[in-house]
Amino acid sequence: MSVASLAEKSDVTRSDFFAPSLKKRLAYVAVFAYLVYAAATLGLSLDRIEKGVGYGVRFLAGFFPPNFTETDIIPGLLESLQIAFLSSLIGTALAIPIAILAARNLMPPWVSWLARLLIIFCRSFHPVIVAIIAVKAVGFGALAGIIALTFASIGFVGKLLSEAIEEISKKQIEAVRATGASFMNVIAYGVVPQVMNRFIGFVAYETDSNLRNSTMVGVVGAGGIGGTLFSAFQRFDYNFVAGIIICIIGLVMIGEVLQIYVKRVFR
Amino acid sequence: MTTATLEMQRWIRFTPLQRLSRFAVFFAMAAAIAWALKTIEIIPEFLYDAPEQVVDMATRMWPIDWDHFWPAVWPALVETMHMSAMATILGLMMGIPVGFLAARNATPFLWVNLIAKFILVATRSISTLIWALFFVAMFGPGPLAGALAIAFHSIGFIGKMFSEAVEESNKGSIEALQATGATRMQQIIMGYWPQVLPTFWSVALFRWDINVRESAVLGLVGAGGIGMALNAAIDLIQWQRVALILLTIFIVVILIETIVTQIRKKVI
Repeated sequence: MSVASLAEKSDVTRSDFFAPSLKKRLAYVAVFAYLVYAAATLGLSLDRIEKGVGYGVRFLAGFFPPNFTETDIIPGLLESLQIAFLSSLIGTALAIPIAILAARNLMPPWVSWLARLLIIFCRSFHPVIVAIIAVKAVGFGALAGIIALTFASIGFVGKLLSEAIEEISKKQIEAVRATGASFMNVIAYGVVPQVMNRFIGFVAYETDSNLRNSTMVGVVGAGGIGGTLFSAFQRFDYNFVAGIIICIIGLVMIGEVLQIYVKRVFR
Repeated sequence: MTTATLEMQRWIRFTPLQRLSRFAVFFAMAAAIAWALKTIEIIPEFLYDAPEQVVDMATRMWPIDWDHFWPAVWPALVETMHMSAMATILGLMMGIPVGFLAARNATPFLWVNLIAKFILVATRSISTLIWALFFVAMFGPGPLAGALAIAFHSIGFIGKMFSEAVEESNKGSIEALQATGATRMQQIIMGYWPQVLPTFWSVALFRWDINVRESAVLGLVGAGGIGMALNAAIDLIQWQRVALILLTIFIVVILIETIVTQIRKKVI
């Protein structure tokens, strides 16, 4: 049969493959209409943009030359590092048991639901919001920052680790169970070897993200370089602001490089 | 066979270099934690006092002040949603071009790649709160500053995801386009774009989810949204209203996450 006769005979015409879907188009129109409306609520006007850009240029001009006053920047950066390290350690230590409890293939439903609720709770609040509450509870300083970032770490590592545990192969667990192993032995010999590599990746990523956030929680008084930055901002010392921001970018870049290195070592 | 040759044949999992680098990582981790524990400044009285203070705060949050929802929290919540949607769109509009510039195969100029990569890292390292401080100084307090702050912070994430997706895309269709004499722009639109479309959807949805959370914070520095209501309630020590706002944020974040998961299942 020739191609031409096949095309004549078949009911399928070419345009059917690319038929416009009414539903999809309506969805696009709806999204577009919403965006126009949302943009209107932001109160954007040409006059405002013009003025704003003018301010912005003045602002950026105020950044030069950046001021690196060591006596103020170094202690702040070190405190940020301390907050990042300790919150990653405590957060991961707490996240491991919670993740095991949250894994649906290891636990009865009611246990895993409770643990998952805890993880969702830790995840849904931004670290800065937790930091505000922690500052109210334990006062200004690094402790509040550690508490805030510990919450975030539990949420992040807990979620990813529990998902990783749910994806493991059941055969190894059954084999370990068949030898009469206790629950802890099942965890140690059946679960841990299967999730170890991914776990190290999560922790490396988490430490990196804690480092990033630890430079921020200071804005609400929870310790670290953020406090120095915020006070420099409030007294319009823009040269110093520029110096601090450059230091933060440098620190985060070093953290990112180290994270890639650690992941490569454990691959 | 003697025991000596058996000894030599013993299987060792890692090469000496691997073992050394593993040891180095563990040693560095232990040293960092020991240093942090030793030098951190924590006032012990604050630490012992903490549980009591937390319980005290929790009792003051009860009962939740529901009446506060309609006059104050609802408008702020709507503003937060607008802010996060606009920020996601703006972030995509700025982040995707930078992502293409950072991808080595789509933009074969090394110095352009390096500049684009630096933009990606720099925008990501400056947190939303700090961006918000800038934009509040530029455009005055309000949701516009907040939307711009989140948009600029998301450039880094969106651009990074895109440049990785572009670099992993299949060369065949690009070469076919090159053979027809397509310009670079045509290659991007007809060759790369269809291949990274799934990434586009997943990044857009994921980033929107994150941006909703972020936009709940920005009110603290005056950039609009529900954070402003939260800040006002905390400053006035109205803990019952704080509880209401926290609960609202919690429910909205869970709702958004559910919606995103549902759309993801359908689209991708």
